[in-house]
Amino acid sequence: MNCTKCKIKAVIGLPRHNAAFCKSCFNGFVHDQVARAVKSEKMFGKDDRILVAVSGGKDSLALWDILLKLGYKADALYVNLGIGAYSEQSLAKVTKFAEAPAASHGATLHLHKVEQEAGAGIKELAQLIHRPTCSTCGTIKRYQFNRVAIEERYDVMATGHNLDDEAARLLGNVLHWQEEYLDKQGPSLPASVEGFAKKVKPLYRLSERELAAYAVLNRIDYIVEECPMAKGSKMLQYKEVLNRLETESPGTKQTFYWGFLEKQSKKQPTATTMIEKDRAVLHPCTSCHQPTTAEVCSYCKMMARAKTAVSS
Amino acid sequence: MQVQLSHPTRTVEVKGPKKVKELLRELNLVVEAHLVIKGDDLVTEDEMLHDKDQIEIRPVISGGSPLTPHPLRLTDSR
Repeated sequence: MNCTKCKIKAVIGLPRHNAAFCKSCFNGFVHDQVARAVKSEKMFGKDDRILVAVSGGKDSLALWDILLKLGYKADALYVNLGIGAYSEQSLAKVTKFAEAPAASHGATLHLHKVEQEAGAGIKELAQLIHRPTCSTCGTIKRYQFNRVAIEERYDVMATGHNLDDEAARLLGNVLHWQEEYLDKQGPSLPASVEGFAKKVKPLYRLSERELAAYAVLNRIDYIVEECPMAKGSKMLQYKEVLNRLETESPGTKQTFYWGFLEKQSKKQPTATTMIEKDRAVLHPCTSCHQPTTAEVCSYCKMMARAKTAVSS
Repeated sequence: MQVQLSHPTRTVEVKGPKKVKELLRELNLVVEAHLVIKGDDLVTEDEMLHDKDQIEIRPVISGGSPLTPHPLRLTDSR
């Protein structure tokens, strides 16, 4: 198989684009897809300060790498969840990337340790407050990334969600007819109220396989092991089903997710509507001042329950 | 050829020569969810693999984040 563009030996075939690329042309393709996402969704500009949420996995480290290579000002935040050897290994991967490629671009890594604030790692914390681990993890990560973005005055926070993540999430929401979540499935969420950072997903045009290939080709050392807490999760099951469809029918995932985005954009001016909706229901948490629908936000309630459980 | 697999990490012996796509089919693995690495190089599905080759089949799927935010916390879970 030869590169569609320069005709030398290809390293990856992309059936959904009816193309194959050598390393150099593939890197060009990946950078171009991210640049298109950033431009079309008005995510950020060259003067904006970006906070990238990194986990040590392929997507977030690839995102950090791509943004720096495209000339953006991108720092990162790693949340140490305290999941034994898995967290130690992922932190090592993040630190390694931060010390070499990222530092040479003048980028900084911020760290937050869940155990330091909550008094327990994520698994113990979830048990203490009787909530699923992945849901507890999601609440903590969303809260901490938003907190650091606001406190450190970043213009926007970027996550490594890819086409597979978004297609699987959409499938889950559609299967359960959770229409109320669909508004927030876009790749660019505005800073709708004071205290919320703008949130973007610059990798939504790239598949998980393409991002893994980018990491391998560019020698980005990432954690291949799956999070031990995620085993058997619904998200993984949906991805598996979508990948079987994609293998038989290339382009299924992008048709599904991008088609949804197109329909949403025609339906209503989402950004404005979301801002109006958020402003109507959100106000500062009485404890931490981050926006919430309740008097005290879900994160503060969770921390209070954890502290009570730890001390009793 | 020696084929290294993940989740869980293990090595299996597969008789060559055979193409990447044949190897994946034999191991019942979906192309879209895997990368095949020969030595240090990424290879395409039509690459011929031989008995002397060291192969890694790397899964690309990750993600345990909740499908939806906590139902009662819709608006502050972005």
